[in-house]
Amino acid sequence: MIERAFIGRGRYQLWLAGWLIPVGIGLACYLFQYSHGLGITGMGRDVIWGFYVAQFTFLVGVAASAVMVVAPFYLHDCREFARIVILGEFLAVTAVIMCVLHIFVDLGQPARVLNVLLHPSPGSVMFWDMIVLTGYLGLNLVIAWTTLDCERNATRPPRWIKPLIFLSIPWAVAIHTVTAFLYSGLPGRHLWLTAVVAPRFLATAFASGPALLVLLCLLLKKAVGFDAGKEGLRRLSFTIVYAMLANLFFIFVESFTAFYSGVPSHRHDLQYLFWGLDGHAAMVPWMWLSLLMAVASLPILLSSIRRGNQRRLALACGLVFFSTWIDKGLGFIAGGLAVSPMGTVASYAPTVPELLISLGIYAVGVLLLTLFYKIVLSVRAETESP
Amino acid sequence: MLKLTLLAAAGLARRRPLFAALVSAVPTDVLKPGAALRSGRWAMVIDLRKCLESKDCHAACARACHLEHNVPDIANPRHEVKWIWREQGAHLFPDQLDEFRGAALADQPMPALCNHCDNPPCTRVCPTGATFKRPDGIVVMDPHRCIGCRFCMAACPYGSRSFNWEDPRPSLKHVNPDYPTRGKGVVEKCSFCDERLAQGRMPACVEACTCGAMAFGDLRDEQSPVVKLLRENYSIRRKPELGTQPAVYYLVSK
Ligand code: SF4
Ligand code: SF4
Repeated sequence: MIERAFIGRGRYQLWLAGWLIPVGIGLACYLFQYSHGLGITGMGRDVIWGFYVAQFTFLVGVAASAVMVVAPFYLHDCREFARIVILGEFLAVTAVIMCVLHIFVDLGQPARVLNVLLHPSPGSVMFWDMIVLTGYLGLNLVIAWTTLDCERNATRPPRWIKPLIFLSIPWAVAIHTVTAFLYSGLPGRHLWLTAVVAPRFLATAFASGPALLVLLCLLLKKAVGFDAGKEGLRRLSFTIVYAMLANLFFIFVESFTAFYSGVPSHRHDLQYLFWGLDGHAAMVPWMWLSLLMAVASLPILLSSIRRGNQRRLALACGLVFFSTWIDKGLGFIAGGLAVSPMGTVASYAPTVPELLISLGIYAVGVLLLTLFYKIVLSVRAETESP
Repeated sequence: MLKLTLLAAAGLARRRPLFAALVSAVPTDVLKPGAALRSGRWAMVIDLRKCLESKDCHAACARACHLEHNVPDIANPRHEVKWIWREQGAHLFPDQLDEFRGAALADQPMPALCNHCDNPPCTRVCPTGATFKRPDGIVVMDPHRCIGCRFCMAACPYGSRSFNWEDPRPSLKHVNPDYPTRGKGVVEKCSFCDERLAQGRMPACVEACTCGAMAFGDLRDEQSPVVKLLRENYSIRRKPELGTQPAVYYLVSK
């Protein structure tokens, strides 16, 4: 099956070759970082994590969101997702790979990464995060590949696949919960030290992931004429609306607790993000933009559902995606580390090589996703052609 | 490995005198088991009254420590590596100093170092066991195992840990050949001078302090100087509300 990924017309080959360029640039920057140390990034003794860890956090959400198509399809037999479900699974696989790469480039001693396995530390949430992420990667890869293979051979999926699929559903929730626990179990990091992190992570995940999936379906339709089915997209839009509403609600309850209680440490990080603290206000426009996009996406989504307008749907999904990306991919880490353990405020801005390394990883993601989707579409084209 | 070789050599030496020479050739300044200082729970007491009065020590504690342990002197504040340093009182004790008597302490520089917490969050989160608490309470770092994920730095609520954002060796003005240097990409911090304790010596900062403001000893031993000081004076610890149970106490008054 795999050979189908590389067979295509000139335009397809060009697309693949084009994305190899940012991969190459990212790799070159990484070699630079590897030889000079992480000092070439914008991180430092106060803001010890930055863009890489933030992208990791965001992408775990994208990976987990596959459950929003897998669960309805397999648990409730929701046929509208028949054409989308495998796209969601391959998106999850790609997202996990991008997560792992982002963690890898963040390590000071990447050559020793296997120490996590050589000296397993079950008391460390990071150890468990690694277990659940690799498990999730394996599950989705096996499930997607096997079901696709059966589709191609017009056979019924083997029986053992069902339990794996059912396992992948709680597993998806687990990867993002464990990722939230990386942060919410740390004393003294007050933006993170709250039980709302895990539920809010899930809410933003279930908004951003399906939004990306909708965008991908619309793109595939434009580029290669693949029709995911109107009903499927409509259902996904509802998922996005509810997840976004839940997210906004969580932001509201967290802000209430922080500001009404008046506890300074609880309040400071949110203050830094939305109003600026001690003259550090770099995140303020971003955070308000994120909030604005989140709120604006809702009426646009609802009207696109009512009218079946795909342009509006694309716009709304774009808004949702970027809103959650700013929230998790910029604000969450920078905000959590803004107030240093000494109570001083530290700003962070990523450097160019840092951004290029991350871009390189995203380009790897685009390439992988292209190859996966190419296989899916060629198998579909074969089985559906009369 | 070294231990195994020594044991094997010792075993052989008993039977063949030729090998005895090998055993006695072990450098005596490295292994001096009899002289090591031992404790049930190491702790430090810093008498702020004495510390703040001394005007001309020029942070002798920090200089001694950093020289001894090959801690680099990096100009870029984002990349600084520090084991013990002077920090404003308001930074050490946020929300703990009132605006009256406390205000006098708020802008005074005082020593900050790893608290060797009894309930250390840094060791809990480490995914490789590269940092761990010894039975005597010292929280140590194994820079050879550390993968540089900086999870321990996110977990330490005191900013006690430093990451080597760049190769520290070019920034070393003098190298102490008796203590290892570190490379880029690993975390390091104060070790309560475990290597000196093993040789029967007090921590470098305690020894260097010109005004006798630092005491070091066993918290489980009623006769130890730290217990005496803590029984007779009122002490505060950093961020007690977090439950980390710091083993560095700061004396503020009788
Ligand atoms: S002060 Fe920080 S580094 Fe030291 S033991 Fe406590 S938590 Fe760990
Ligand atoms: S940076 Fe090193 S010591 Fe700290 S948590 Fe990671 S592996 Fe452990």
